[in-house]
Amino acid sequence: MSGLLPSPLLALRGIGKSFLGVRVLDGVDLQVRPGEVHAVVGENGAGKSTLMKVVSGVHQPDEGTVEFAGAPRTFRNPREARQAGIGIVYQELTLLPERTVAENVCLGREPLRRGLVDRRAMLSHTAELLASVGEGSLPPDTRVGRLGVAQQQVVEIVKALALDARLLIMDEPTAALADHEVDQLYALVRRLQEHGIGVLYVSHRLKEVFDLSSRITVLKDGRAVATLDTVDTSADRLVRHMVGRELSSYYPAPAEPQELGPVRLTVRGGGNRKLRGIDLRLRAGEVLGVGGLQGSGRSALARALFGAAPFSTGRVTVDGAPVRLRSPRAAIRAGIAYVSEDRKGEGIVAGQSVLDNALLAGRAVRLGRGGRGARTARVRELLAAVELRAAGEEQEIRFLSGGNQQKVVLARWLALAPRILLFDEPTRGIDVGAKSAIHDLVRRLACDGAAVLMVSSELPELLGMSDRIVVMRDGRIAGELPTGASEEDVVALAVGTVGEAAG
Amino acid sequence: MRIARPPRLLTFRSGGLAPILVILAVLLILLTARQPDFLSPPSLMSFLGRSAPVVLLAAGQYFVIVSGELDLSVGSLVTAQVVIAARLIDGDPSAGRPVAVLLLAFGIAVGLVNGLVTTLLRVPSFITTLGMFLILVGAVYLWSDGAPKGGLSEEFRRLGRSAFEDLPVLGRIPYALVVLLAAAAAALVLTRSDFGRTLVAVGGNPRTAELSGVRVWRAKTMAFVLSSVAATLAAVLIGGYSGVSFQAGAGLEFGAITAAVLGGVALGGGRGSVVGAMLGALTLETLFTLMNFYGVSGALRPTVQGAIILLAVAAASFRLPSR
Repeated sequence: MSGLLPSPLLALRGIGKSFLGVRVLDGVDLQVRPGEVHAVVGENGAGKSTLMKVVSGVHQPDEGTVEFAGAPRTFRNPREARQAGIGIVYQELTLLPERTVAENVCLGREPLRRGLVDRRAMLSHTAELLASVGEGSLPPDTRVGRLGVAQQQVVEIVKALALDARLLIMDEPTAALADHEVDQLYALVRRLQEHGIGVLYVSHRLKEVFDLSSRITVLKDGRAVATLDTVDTSADRLVRHMVGRELSSYYPAPAEPQELGPVRLTVRGGGNRKLRGIDLRLRAGEVLGVGGLQGSGRSALARALFGAAPFSTGRVTVDGAPVRLRSPRAAIRAGIAYVSEDRKGEGIVAGQSVLDNALLAGRAVRLGRGGRGARTARVRELLAAVELRAAGEEQEIRFLSGGNQQKVVLARWLALAPRILLFDEPTRGIDVGAKSAIHDLVRRLACDGAAVLMVSSELPELLGMSDRIVVMRDGRIAGELPTGASEEDVVALAVGTVGEAAG
Repeated sequence: MRIARPPRLLTFRSGGLAPILVILAVLLILLTARQPDFLSPPSLMSFLGRSAPVVLLAAGQYFVIVSGELDLSVGSLVTAQVVIAARLIDGDPSAGRPVAVLLLAFGIAVGLVNGLVTTLLRVPSFITTLGMFLILVGAVYLWSDGAPKGGLSEEFRRLGRSAFEDLPVLGRIPYALVVLLAAAAAALVLTRSDFGRTLVAVGGNPRTAELSGVRVWRAKTMAFVLSSVAATLAAVLIGGYSGVSFQAGAGLEFGAITAAVLGGVALGGGRGSVVGAMLGALTLETLFTLMNFYGVSGALRPTVQGAIILLAVAAASFRLPSR
């Protein structure tokens, strides 16, 4: 059974997992050798997080086996996985800022002496661990809240290693780091390698993947479609593995160049906590698609334009006139409408009727044109025009399907005759039929002279609907693509293999 | 694809009037069994007149609760208004009108403070209004050196204690009942107005409301003002009916909240009707009358109110497993 290569530290064979009948993982094979950095990449929803949760004992696989250190294992909970020697560092920091480094590292397994926490043992144990990863300069009695993000991450990693971990899972470890801090992380990961610790490295950023890993497994729609040796592969090839899906559904025709009207909206140098240096022009009659990975700033852009999380710097004009979009109300008055990605939390009032929901914005912001009667009549017309299916306008909206709820939200905005519409994931959680109805509606609005900005994480939708696509990365616009761009183009910009370098 | 009609059960949904009407009917039957002439016009009119203040407060509380907040200050506001009126009028018949205007202004001011502290300073409303409760109680004691001073004029008290007399069929209609009906009509119009519907949206989902251009702080503050105005009106009726005392409004805030919850107004906001809240108040008063007739000690009132709040909230969440 012995070959030239060391036997794998972790071997996953045929891992399958379903949630509520949806297959999230399907026959995934993956091996990590001791001292290897094995990267896992894939689009949002490809199954990366679920796979990591299976390895770390949060989820139990429906099918397949997990072999760790040569023996088949079933981890019933994260504790068992941790005790077996699998550590995990999550994307978000999970440290207690008011406690010291040592207290955090030893949290839940403090060394005891005569029933009391042995502080001295705790400090020396932590100092040893820090030294072993080359971070001996970090004093273990510092309060974590006083450390920088990069140093906090070191603490997270040391904490994960504290139980003699032999495999470390890192889920988007650089998400919170500045560029120069990433180098520090690289050094740390290489030192772990020298100690023979295997690392499962999940990341969106292909640069890191290529810098650090020796092998890469690509997940797509819950399957491991390829495992590649990093030295033999290229970013382009990787991206092709990540996407490469067929454009199957129907989308309305894009706008002809002569159909485009004047510039409706401009942003120059827009920025806030999540966005930097946003320059944008939106013309009447056009659907501008906004792509990017989760957390890249695509939703933040829509929210900034709607005044829900306003720009703190930069200038915005609507129809040539400067505007200050400090609140949703101000944006609505400027002729802007916004359909949130979180329909239940931000789009509807679940306990109110269809009619009340459709009238909400018109009641709150009176934009001239007729009194109550006229307003109600207009909303009724719109509800009919969007082909709402409900038991009646007095039915509570929570009993409607997602697609019909979305139609009510649309009617609410259309009643105000907005000139600029911002859609964030307009068809999320909506069945196929209603989906294409909403696509048609979005295109019709653009044809009628509205300027549309549409955020979507569904690549087919983004490519099928947009006249032009901007792709966000790290809070900036990473690049712009014309109609006819491919999925590879979008993903390449989103993960950073092409386009302006960040930083 | 066709959406199924909502289940039949929904006519009994939280916020619907069916449950409270059934409870009220049962109580009335029990009451007439013991006291057959309770439903005779004179007795009924006087019962309704007596109940008017609590019904008013329940209507005021409806606006606050449906917007997602609570107003615990109304009882002490009633006391404060009665004591203020007594001291300022001091038996002078001509002082009635100006003092009434002053009371209204004071009530509005209290509502504004409640609303603005809750919305702009983000203090939870039960803390804000509990603070207001204590401030009013303390201030009134301080201002009157421990015992109410002065007295209300007969003219001022007429609204609370007099009636249209010698009418056919009904006999007498207390002024208080007329005031109540007018206020109820106004409240009903208000709940159907843009403001009223928007207020329900604010209580149901403040994020959605905000993102639809609603000024949430303004709507909630208006609700607190309405509650305080209702308390002012109730204070005038109570002062007229029972006279001046430091106990004039004691416990009324819980009466109003119990009534609203009993009438199907969901604590936490977004659900319920003002008619339900007012029927809830009538039901509560009927229950207390019933307890009285059956010789149950009046000391049990707070216990009964507490039990009703718990039961009504539990029943509402049972009917609505997911919100």
